[in-house]
Amino acid sequence: MVAVLLGITLVASAGVGAVYMITKEPIAQADAQAKVEALTKVLPSFETTTSDVLTIDDMPITVYTATNAGAVAGYAVETMSKNGFGGAISLMVGFTPEGEVVNVSVLKQAETPGLGTKMADEDNVLLASIQGQRLEEKKLVDGRLAVKKDGGDVDALTAATISSRAYVDAINRAWMAYRSAATGVAATDTASGATQQNLNEEGGQNE
Amino acid sequence: MRKEDKMNKLNIISSGILKNNPTFVLVLGMCPTLGTTTSAANGMGMGLATMAVLIMSNIVISLVKNIIPDKVRIPAFIVIIASFVTIIEMLMKAYVPALYASLGVFIPLIVVNCIILGRAEAFASKNSALDSMLDGVGIGLGFTLSLTVIGAVRELLGSGAIFGHALGLDYVSEAGDKLSYMPLTFVLAPGAFLVLGFLMVLFNKLAKK
Amino acid sequence: MEVSYFAIIIGAIFVNNVVLAQFLGICPFLGVSSKVETSLGMGAAVTFVMALTAVVAWPLQQLLALWHIEYMQTIVFILVIAALVQMVEIILKKMSPSLYQALGIFLPLITTNCAVLGVAILMIQKEFNLLQSVTYSVATALGFALALVLFAGIRERLEFEDVPKAFRGVPVALVTAGILAMAFMGFSGLV
Repeated sequence: MVAVLLGITLVASAGVGAVYMITKEPIAQADAQAKVEALTKVLPSFETTTSDVLTIDDMPITVYTATNAGAVAGYAVETMSKNGFGGAISLMVGFTPEGEVVNVSVLKQAETPGLGTKMADEDNVLLASIQGQRLEEKKLVDGRLAVKKDGGDVDALTAATISSRAYVDAINRAWMAYRSAATGVAATDTASGATQQNLNEEGGQNE
Repeated sequence: MRKEDKMNKLNIISSGILKNNPTFVLVLGMCPTLGTTTSAANGMGMGLATMAVLIMSNIVISLVKNIIPDKVRIPAFIVIIASFVTIIEMLMKAYVPALYASLGVFIPLIVVNCIILGRAEAFASKNSALDSMLDGVGIGLGFTLSLTVIGAVRELLGSGAIFGHALGLDYVSEAGDKLSYMPLTFVLAPGAFLVLGFLMVLFNKLAKK
Repeated sequence: MEVSYFAIIIGAIFVNNVVLAQFLGICPFLGVSSKVETSLGMGAAVTFVMALTAVVAWPLQQLLALWHIEYMQTIVFILVIAALVQMVEIILKKMSPSLYQALGIFLPLITTNCAVLGVAILMIQKEFNLLQSVTYSVATALGFALALVLFAGIRERLEFEDVPKAFRGVPVALVTAGILAMAFMGFSGLV
């Protein structure tokens, strides 16, 4: 009796393990594909990228430095916040070398459909509040970007203040990472300090 | 295959869609029914994922039914179902990552969908592999259809769209926010309960005729 | 970033109520909750099992991560829950027959209660530590019990009302749950 159950469990586990092996590569590819698409969306045209992993507030934040014929074309930051309504959200934020926000792509979110999910829409109010602008020229609260309700000047999504705050929180972390990448100064306001590991990678090709 | 046999096989499939419709008649698998039907496409995706697990687990369980001792029947079924759920989960992650992300926690939760264990107990453990597969197809189709209909109604009423195609029922508020004329409640939690409740009434009325 | 325990508790009981906002554990919600007394029993049994599941599942997940076989999570968790429910049933029967009498009939139902597995998966996804996980599980279970008891109270009254024929049974329960869910949406500004 126990032997049969054990046998079934073994066969089942072997099957699951086999499928894991088969799908490991496609899953990694799908992830990489999504990342390349996000990079293309948030950056001006570029040829190659190198990436750096920083740790800000105990969260891994990846900075992609995009170059075009040797010159820096822009920075893209894969950033996150754990304060979303439905758990963690992660964004890809693109900056020009001068610090203007080019675009934002939402990589992962589990917000309330129809309310918080609007953060992923094209031309939503959150994005409109920062797109094409330098963040240091915004109305800051303690040196950080904030929604209008908290004294800043970022428009929040209707009926989704928590989601909007999480979005702004993630953008702040991206901005910090951008500053450290663009100026070479380690990210401020971190608990553990920035740990840098260079992971030179082949980036996406743009047309 | 004799003619009446063929009729019989067709009956297995059609009973799953109408007479034994898992959502409206058997009232099983309510959690994913309410939780994933925020749009027609999500409902359909969930239905198809469940159907895939149901068909495979039905086939395997009917094949191994004779070597499983009665006492450990349920744990054995759960292991088989959980394995197929994990396989489907990984396949979705690899090939339809966007759908996987929007269905979230409800994919691993297919394991505890009472429909699947219920069919294993009530049908697959007593019938041949072919019949069990057909039963899986029928019940799976019934589930997928129900979820798609509920999703479509909620999407239409709540966000004014059909299968992701907006019907242009939007306006721009004074604050510059893009808002919809449709009541968002239908996409949110209360709408799930209300839409399912009223659709069930409709199904009861139509089925009586 | 530290998530405060207060936020976890209020969030799990009211704002993201497991039944009315996350749609987990609907089957017992619709099936069991027609009497306040049985609802309390079911709520107590679920709270007990959920707390135990958190204590066992969290260390197991660390083991799975250590061996890089996180993909076995679903299989391992459902087996743990099934085994736990069995164990609780046997122990209760031996140690406290009166408690077994009260909770016993609900125990087998809990294995297929998706709230238990759902919470185990969610607490891992939210990257909680052990204490936060247990807090989250217990608070979620209390939210489940609250929804069940409130709902049972309403249904006890509904029994004496003249409900249209096509609405009787599950449909009217669903419509009632919809209105209850609307009331719970009012909590969403709390956290």
